[in-house]
Amino acid sequence: MIGTARLRRRRVSASAGAALTLLCALLAAGALLVILGYVVVQGIGAVNWAFLTQLPRPVGMTGGGVGNGILGTIIIIAIAAAMAIPLGLLTGIYLALFGRGTIPEALRFLSDVLSGVPSIAIGLFAYTVLVAPLKHFSAFSASFAFMMLMLPLLVRTSEQAIRSVPQTVREGALALGMSNFRATMRVVLPTARPAIITALLLAIARVTGETAPLLFTAFGSQFWETNPGRPMAVLALQVFNYAISPYANWQAQAWGGALLLIVAVLILSLGARYMLSQASRRLES
Amino acid sequence: MDEPAFRRIARFVSPVDRGFAAVVYGGSALFAVLIVGLFIELVLGSWPSLRAFGPSFIWKSAWDPVASKFGALPMIYGTVVTSFIAILLASFVGIMAAVFLADFAPRWIAAPLSFLIELLAAVPSVVYGLWGLFVLAPLVRTTIGPVLQHLLGWTPLFAGPIYGVGLLTAGIILALMIVPTVTAISRDVIAAIPRDLREASMALGSTKWETATRVVLPAARVGIFGACVLGLGRALGETIAVTMVIGNRPEISASLFAPSYTLASVIANEFTEATSAVYISALIELGLILFVVSIVVNAVARLMIWSVRGSRA
Repeated sequence: MIGTARLRRRRVSASAGAALTLLCALLAAGALLVILGYVVVQGIGAVNWAFLTQLPRPVGMTGGGVGNGILGTIIIIAIAAAMAIPLGLLTGIYLALFGRGTIPEALRFLSDVLSGVPSIAIGLFAYTVLVAPLKHFSAFSASFAFMMLMLPLLVRTSEQAIRSVPQTVREGALALGMSNFRATMRVVLPTARPAIITALLLAIARVTGETAPLLFTAFGSQFWETNPGRPMAVLALQVFNYAISPYANWQAQAWGGALLLIVAVLILSLGARYMLSQASRRLES
Repeated sequence: MDEPAFRRIARFVSPVDRGFAAVVYGGSALFAVLIVGLFIELVLGSWPSLRAFGPSFIWKSAWDPVASKFGALPMIYGTVVTSFIAILLASFVGIMAAVFLADFAPRWIAAPLSFLIELLAAVPSVVYGLWGLFVLAPLVRTTIGPVLQHLLGWTPLFAGPIYGVGLLTAGIILALMIVPTVTAISRDVIAAIPRDLREASMALGSTKWETATRVVLPAARVGIFGACVLGLGRALGETIAVTMVIGNRPEISASLFAPSYTLASVIANEFTEATSAVYISALIELGLILFVVSIVVNAVARLMIWSVRGSRA
């Protein structure tokens, strides 16, 4: 009898334990749905054509939009990606081809270190090298900070992607008389491409909503600024400034901007997931 | 991979390849220079403050820009307390969720649920801040705070006026932000524990729950601890969301309902308004402290995760 009671107790605690783990998983996933729900419900009313295409209006005037912030986000990320992709790929190629020894290990360690550095510290770096000496804020300094944020992911993924291209593929290309340069550009990189694009999309998703380093690099602007040498509006920064403002109209626009950010990040994440499935399919075949 | 053969093939001999190798070396060197430069620039930027205040910067608690008196203690306190609340809340939920995803859930549930939790990591910080400011802070002021005060108000932690914004609210927001990190890495660590251990435990008559809590989790504990430390590292440096909900006041108070400041949020809040050189330098020194702490925390976390999972985190 005692045995059965004990067994029953163990069975009950097993079920309760399983339920507890399920509850925690639902709690974590549910948090996403709650936040998403709020952003959609609060933000959808603010989003319309004018919101997407117009300049912000001064306090007291209703309407206006975040068009310049959207444009600024695209410009700053494009410049950041244009710098981060070649640098990340070159470092990835280096680590994949010359992978062992003290120097590559040190470089990997530095890259890991960089991935853990808070974005605000990277913003301070961009400020001290690009803003303070020139004595004015600029979109380019924001691109520089974003580049630093994108690099660790690009370096690590391109290294792994290049490594995962079978050695025989490389050898085949070399046996056909290709130089290492051509073999890398024509055979290895194209094979590794889906994985590298996945990393790029994730890196872009990471910086799309990044705000902290922008405060003292891009700074923000009320105009259609396209010159990277000058302060520029950025969507995430507008959301931040509107959110902490005391004006209901601006707060509503903050929710609208947050909705745009979330949609952009979701599209990028789903795109990355799709590319990842392509990448694994390519390696299987 | 057979390294010597690989080296031989990879040897760069033709002029084109020499040029290619030079570009590859150059790019990698630039990458290294950028990272080392980050550290050097932070040190140089903090130099006026380091010289003016010395090591006492860390334990002085006056933050008075008008009198040019700067001490980092209130911010260090705020950073530690908010991160601690976050890791306290996030570790339990994250680890339990990881156990569910790795050992309990059937694949068709685990895959979409993992995806949802990973998306939570992709939500921008400013969106968490917005939600925290307009949804969580009022909730803390009207419901969570008063309930906690009713139950635990006799401790100094939950005494005093409830503003809504403050240490507790920031801690909860941070917890939400690091749950995906803790969950995803713990799940990978748990999944890396050999199947034999589980089967042996089940064969001895353990229930699934007993296997998970008495065999799998103890075997994975170093890696899971590493996952929590990595989450902690994230929480320490998180800026915008915290800035929006912590109340931004450089004071040390025992109450979790009190407004405070963190290292990152004081930089975000005051940097563009800093007028004197020493003020800017003091803020950069806060960034330097943050940088050094985050490197140490991340290095420790990665070592722990590697030791269990056996690959780079």
